[in-house]
Amino acid sequence: MRYLDEFRDPRLAADRLSRIRRTATRVWTLMEVCGGQTHSLVRHGIPEALAGCVELIHGPGCPVCVTSEALVDRAQALARQPETLLTTFGDMLRVPGTYGTLLDARRDGGNVQSVASPLDAVELAQRNPHFQVVFFAVGFETTVPASALAVLQASERRIENFSLLVAHVRVQPAMELLLQQADCRVQGLLAAGHVCTVVGYETYNSLVSAYGVPIVVTGFEPVDLLEGILACVVQLETHSARLENCYARTAKLQGNPVAQQLIASVFEPCDRAWRGLGTIPAGGWKLRAPWRSFDAERRFPQAPVGLPIVEALSHRCRASDVLVGRLAPRDCPEFGGSCRPDSPLGAPMVSSEGACAAYYHHAPSPPHRAPSQDES
Amino acid sequence: MCLGIPGRVVRWLEPVGVGASAEVAFGGVSKVCHMACVPDARVDDYVLVHAGVAICRIDQVEAERILNDLRALAEMADDEILG
Ligand code: SF4
Repeated sequence: MRYLDEFRDPRLAADRLSRIRRTATRVWTLMEVCGGQTHSLVRHGIPEALAGCVELIHGPGCPVCVTSEALVDRAQALARQPETLLTTFGDMLRVPGTYGTLLDARRDGGNVQSVASPLDAVELAQRNPHFQVVFFAVGFETTVPASALAVLQASERRIENFSLLVAHVRVQPAMELLLQQADCRVQGLLAAGHVCTVVGYETYNSLVSAYGVPIVVTGFEPVDLLEGILACVVQLETHSARLENCYARTAKLQGNPVAQQLIASVFEPCDRAWRGLGTIPAGGWKLRAPWRSFDAERRFPQAPVGLPIVEALSHRCRASDVLVGRLAPRDCPEFGGSCRPDSPLGAPMVSSEGACAAYYHHAPSPPHRAPSQDES
Repeated sequence: MCLGIPGRVVRWLEPVGVGASAEVAFGGVSKVCHMACVPDARVDDYVLVHAGVAICRIDQVEAERILNDLRALAEMADDEILG
């Protein structure tokens, strides 16, 4: 497909790679923020190819992974409510909460359906007037415009049986929190290109100057990723820390003002609990006052789930370390053993953007080591 | 969720308002996408689609410029190796 294939050209990728190798005089530690980038990097073998000059640590940019257990539990309760249809993106269905997953709720007779877009949930609401249709709205600024549109469309079409369980998160406060950690090893950041297409990247200047790290807006295809990494390495080798854009074909300094306006008309920043990272000030989005009637948390008084608590899986899952890059997925003792995509202990093994799933699918064992069955 | 896909605008279905929509082609497959965030997109423009919503236009001039640069650099490197 146009604008994908060209940026997968192996010849261009090889050239970027050899330039990175020639430029780096030591190992630099970079973090890609977005889970979509993590998957693309691992799928194309880039972390291994860069061994010895760049260490990539994988950031918290997996919306499914950072959605709090409390919100997953809330969704679980809604899914089990009579005459209610809970909708959300497919990945969300298998994320374990305190009482199991949404698939468990469906198995027990709850109405749970995956949708590709919140706007599909609006259609479902219109077609099923006797059901309360709730969309469990997860995602960064890339999906917030879709949720905003869903609210505006439902309002315009007077669809009153539609609401949102809002779990939307904001990327920049999380980036800042990471940079503030005392044990932060990140020397350069690859910013999530698609979030920047919406919100722009001018505001990253404050992070660059406060923390002295290069930030490079980066795309998702192998050539894009290698180009972003090269730009970061060049900056680090020349002792500079600047904001740079290596994804100019879609990300503009000011982003998309129409999309921003849309977001701002429906949502406003709020504090948000991130799984593994704690509450991040202004780390999320909530519905503005005029749209609160679409807020599922207000519409439905919190009902006790009334289910046994599933064994505290979260004790064994090291997602909070993986999400901030403190632990590499393959170093988690549960990885590939008791934690696998078909029986995940934590969200990073579920999601198509989760770092653990990326390694499980694309690089389950390091290349220099034979896979072994009996590792303990 | 962050995996936006570039598609080509085939034709506008509803040009205005929160229900704005267009037919967008992804390789051989066409889908109806919500277009409220890209009101200026024209037929044959490429847009980036997330969760059924086009969130921005792709700057085709910039894309070509970057590709030309990257290709020139790769060729230079080939010449260096061969020469
Ligand atoms: S491998 Fe599984 S248990 Fe370990 S951190 Fe990843 S999701 Fe959690």
